[in-house]
Amino acid sequence: MSEKIQVSGGTALSEEDIRSGNIFVTEDSLDCAYAWDMGVAIKRYLAELKEGRIIATECRKCKRIMLPPRLFCELCFIPCNSWRYVKDTGTINTFSICHVHWDASRIKEGEDPHLPAVIEIDGASDGMGIMHILGEVEPEKIKIGMKVKAVWKPKAKRTGSITDIKYFKPL
Amino acid sequence: MRKVAIVGAGLTKFVRRALETPKELSFEATKTALDSCGLSLDDIDCVAHGSAPDAFDGIHQKGEYLADGCGGWNKPTMRVYVGGATGVHAVVHGWHHVASGMFDICLVVCEEKMSNAMPHAQGFFLTIFDAITERALHPNLLWIFALEMNRYMERYGYTKEDMALAAVNNKRNGLLHPSSQFKDEITVEDVLNSETMAYPVSRLDVSPVSDGAAAVVLAAEPVARRLTDKPVWIEGVGWTLDTAYWATRDLYYPRYLDKAARMAYEMAGIREPDKQINIAEPYDPFDYKALHHMEGLQLSPRGKTVELLRDGHFARDGNLPMCPSGGLLGVGNPIAAAGVMKICELFWQLRGEAGERQVPGDPRLGVAQAWGDLMQVSSVVVTGI
Repeated sequence: MSEKIQVSGGTALSEEDIRSGNIFVTEDSLDCAYAWDMGVAIKRYLAELKEGRIIATECRKCKRIMLPPRLFCELCFIPCNSWRYVKDTGTINTFSICHVHWDASRIKEGEDPHLPAVIEIDGASDGMGIMHILGEVEPEKIKIGMKVKAVWKPKAKRTGSITDIKYFKPL
Repeated sequence: MRKVAIVGAGLTKFVRRALETPKELSFEATKTALDSCGLSLDDIDCVAHGSAPDAFDGIHQKGEYLADGCGGWNKPTMRVYVGGATGVHAVVHGWHHVASGMFDICLVVCEEKMSNAMPHAQGFFLTIFDAITERALHPNLLWIFALEMNRYMERYGYTKEDMALAAVNNKRNGLLHPSSQFKDEITVEDVLNSETMAYPVSRLDVSPVSDGAAAVVLAAEPVARRLTDKPVWIEGVGWTLDTAYWATRDLYYPRYLDKAARMAYEMAGIREPDKQINIAEPYDPFDYKALHHMEGLQLSPRGKTVELLRDGHFARDGNLPMCPSGGLLGVGNPIAAAGVMKICELFWQLRGEAGERQVPGDPRLGVAQAWGDLMQVSSVVVTGI
């Protein structure tokens, strides 16, 4: 090691140091609550999901049919007020088989892995994908390029949420 | 614009959990960087500091909290925050301060203490996802990397074994780094046999959770020449922010980096980066990201990177050493500090001071890069001697 390289500080502790009380630790937890307004474009998107339809916006200049729909085209920087229904089918652009929860804890024995995917929706411009999850499929049979279709919750159970689509299943 | 040089550098050790507070870690790295070039805090005109999410520490407006550890009180001090790209971006930020003519000497300090977040720092990334259209699906941070890695592999027919080669390369390099939090070499089999977290990501494809700090001192040309006979010049800087509608970009290619790299190379007068650059420090929080970013940095043809890696092209003694520091995979990943660690590596390598890690052949030009936010921001710094 060159003596000109300077390293100082960074004293390693172990979990045991904390558990055993070898060092002083103060604990705290925050409980934050928020109420988000849906905004202009997403309000319509969610209202249509409740009806079992996926809606996009089209930019009159670049002609992109965009998902999620938006109030303005971020490339042309003009308002977007043309609404277009797109299909509830699409193609898997990429996927994962996830065995870890959000807090890095592992899924339990017998619990199904989570199957997130990017799905390019038919009728939207090329490459316009949304993140969602896959279902009714064995994880090892999922392939990039696979055609999928939305499985909707029963109408009475829809709330105007992205989860009104339960998941996408192979066609 | 004035020419700006790096004249000093300092690091803490990177560890899973540090005894020191964020301020104390910052102080250690800052003081070491000042000592390395014979300066005291009185010589410093301004401070550019960085740290990634406030949420890790649970201290809102963490920049202000951290500032005294970075030597920033009672001075013009500004925090930069672009997630994982913060470390390299803080150097770009410091460069502006000096290149503009406003200040002669700027201290750049980055710190991260991920261990404060319980039970695991990963949970604190949940809120980067879109509140309405994504969070309802209960995403976790690993999804985004797994989706990108899968797309990248599929596009070029790369395998998990191919990706693991990058982890092996970087971890091996890191074993020689005095700041590294690792002691053991790993093999491709170790990576493949490690726990599958989110296919295709296995545990050893991923850099660790770390605590640490890093600092560099930047100076304007005449001052830099007075301070050292080996200033390391900042030849080019670049940065780009791509769309936050991340599922609408094709993830196989880092477009955000393509633009940032071209911007930095143009400023540095580099026309053939793959031939002219001697050392690369691409951002490598995951093994596939090192390779993905080599392509975005225009240092490897798209889809040919694994072939070059297998041929030894990116080894320490290869034509274009990749992450001779060990990178995030081999040294550790205290997020903002890891980016500055890459700049420190270029500083030591170009001065010929990297000891056992020294890249042979008198390297003259290096590039460091970091990546962050919702997978769409990148910062690039080109340095030369």
